[in-house]
Amino acid sequence: MATDVTTTSMTERRVGPAKRPRRNAGRWISDHLVLMVGILVLAYMFVPIGYIFALSFNQPSGGETGHQSAGAQFEAFTWTNWSTICEPEGLCRSLRLSIQVSITATVIATILGTLMAFALVRHSFRGRGSSNLLIFLPMATPEVVMGSSLLAMFVSTGFDSVLGFVTIVIAHVLFCLSFVVVTVKARLTGMDSRLEQAAMDLYANEWQTFRLVTLPLAMPGIVAAALLSFSLSFDDFIVTNFTAGQSVTFPLYVYGAKLKDFPAQLYVVGTIMFLVSFVFVIAAEVWRRRRARAWA
Amino acid sequence: MTHVAPAPAPTGAAVDGETSRRRGWGWLLLVPGMLYLAIFFVFPTIQLFLTSLYDPSGNYVQGYTLTWHFANYVDAIRDTWNLFVRSFVYAGIATAVCLLLGYPLAYAIAFKAGRWKNFMLVLVIAPFFTSFLLRTLSWKTILADQGPVADFLRTIQILPEDGRLLATPLAVIAGLIYNFMPFMTLPLFASLDKVDYRLIEASSDLYSSPLTGFRKVTFPLSLPGVVAGTLLTFIPASGDYINAEILGTPKQYMVGNRIQAAFLTEHDYPLAASLSLTLMLIVVLMVVVYVRRVGTEELV
Repeated sequence: MATDVTTTSMTERRVGPAKRPRRNAGRWISDHLVLMVGILVLAYMFVPIGYIFALSFNQPSGGETGHQSAGAQFEAFTWTNWSTICEPEGLCRSLRLSIQVSITATVIATILGTLMAFALVRHSFRGRGSSNLLIFLPMATPEVVMGSSLLAMFVSTGFDSVLGFVTIVIAHVLFCLSFVVVTVKARLTGMDSRLEQAAMDLYANEWQTFRLVTLPLAMPGIVAAALLSFSLSFDDFIVTNFTAGQSVTFPLYVYGAKLKDFPAQLYVVGTIMFLVSFVFVIAAEVWRRRRARAWA
Repeated sequence: MTHVAPAPAPTGAAVDGETSRRRGWGWLLLVPGMLYLAIFFVFPTIQLFLTSLYDPSGNYVQGYTLTWHFANYVDAIRDTWNLFVRSFVYAGIATAVCLLLGYPLAYAIAFKAGRWKNFMLVLVIAPFFTSFLLRTLSWKTILADQGPVADFLRTIQILPEDGRLLATPLAVIAGLIYNFMPFMTLPLFASLDKVDYRLIEASSDLYSSPLTGFRKVTFPLSLPGVVAGTLLTFIPASGDYINAEILGTPKQYMVGNRIQAAFLTEHDYPLAASLSLTLMLIVVLMVVVYVRRVGTEELV
């Protein structure tokens, strides 16, 4: 009898509407807990950005030269750093080199990687498994190993005297390539191949199908891969440090500056990089939404 | 293009014409990239291997002779095994914390952000538009002895009067966590976003507690993302030397610092190469064991 009662009450507790609000309340808390943790983590990611932004307006004491040691605290407000970006010697030259390297490496890596992704997703052939492994391995190689192996090769083949733009690009293409393949592959795998079949059924030839159906569908993946390559390449320090020789890219410039005096203009460049890419991404998103609405 | 089709068809008895034509194409698309990897990845790795076996008594001005000096590895590991241990411990802790912090973030973006999903995703990547070195240097400012965080922790008595944040293992690990966070969050988001939310709802309709639902439904479904994220965090973190150099002291140096110094400062190529290859070998072995153990088909 007693057991009977408890069973009924338990059943009631589970399905009964009376208990429902409490479970919802618990769920409300857990939902928002996750969201709050997420927002806290995001805030943590932005802490250094705030610092870089603030320090770009910093007038360091003892600073007619505008120099300060890396790790200095905020002292006084000034606009000077923003109007004298190119003043520190070599800063703008290093930026220009970085942009040239990243664009070249991005173009090469995106083309090679997209071709490879198409081959791997769309075509079957012997040796696919080992191809996948060879593409995965550079990603499983720590950068310091990749950089040192490239340097070992350049040294032992007598190319160490020409270290510079070309060797930096070679290295950057190498570490971007696998990421391009993975990104484009993910997009191609998710694509509906029936759309291409439909185009063929409607008498499009192979080239037309590729140009008018396949490529536009694959484009978001290719663009994402190119953007990823650009940012990986632009920001790379470790591999570049091994393969640059006497050339100085922007990350190498920052590294060199940290050892002696640290121009506050570097923080200005950091802030501009952040703002430009942020605006760019937001604009792309707005454009995407508007286009999606136009299609619907 | 159409002329190509008939050619292999007669010989390929087992396969139909369509497949065999595709065969030829596939190779052509793959060849340039594979050649690139062969020349600039496989060949350098072989060179690195040969370099690691040079006679250590040579130097980079006079050149080295290849003497298959395997003892280089014994020397390298004997002198630096503690750096290897430290690297993997730091990278392991950083990866675990990244997973603990990145998972709720990815979950919130995938399921709770609603129309703010894309915006939050942009916010995850946004800090990484700024130079990695600048961000790490600004952590140095934040964690500095006179910086705000250290001051605050001293005020509330968590940190002793002469305690430091900078130049401790904590600072180095925090730097690793910070710098590799998006490598964890993005793959996690990608696989959580694919999870059909109705499955999670179904589990709660079937009376599983939120925790059980998470353990038995959500987490297993997001496992490919967990594997990809942990790999993409652990691998670069184990070879990193910038965080240790900027936020730590030689007491916190990782194996990357040693490789870098041996290669670029001391020009002791055999030592640097044998350290490099040992690191690569250990990482690849760990990855293989880990992927087998967790058992997902999708690598990345």
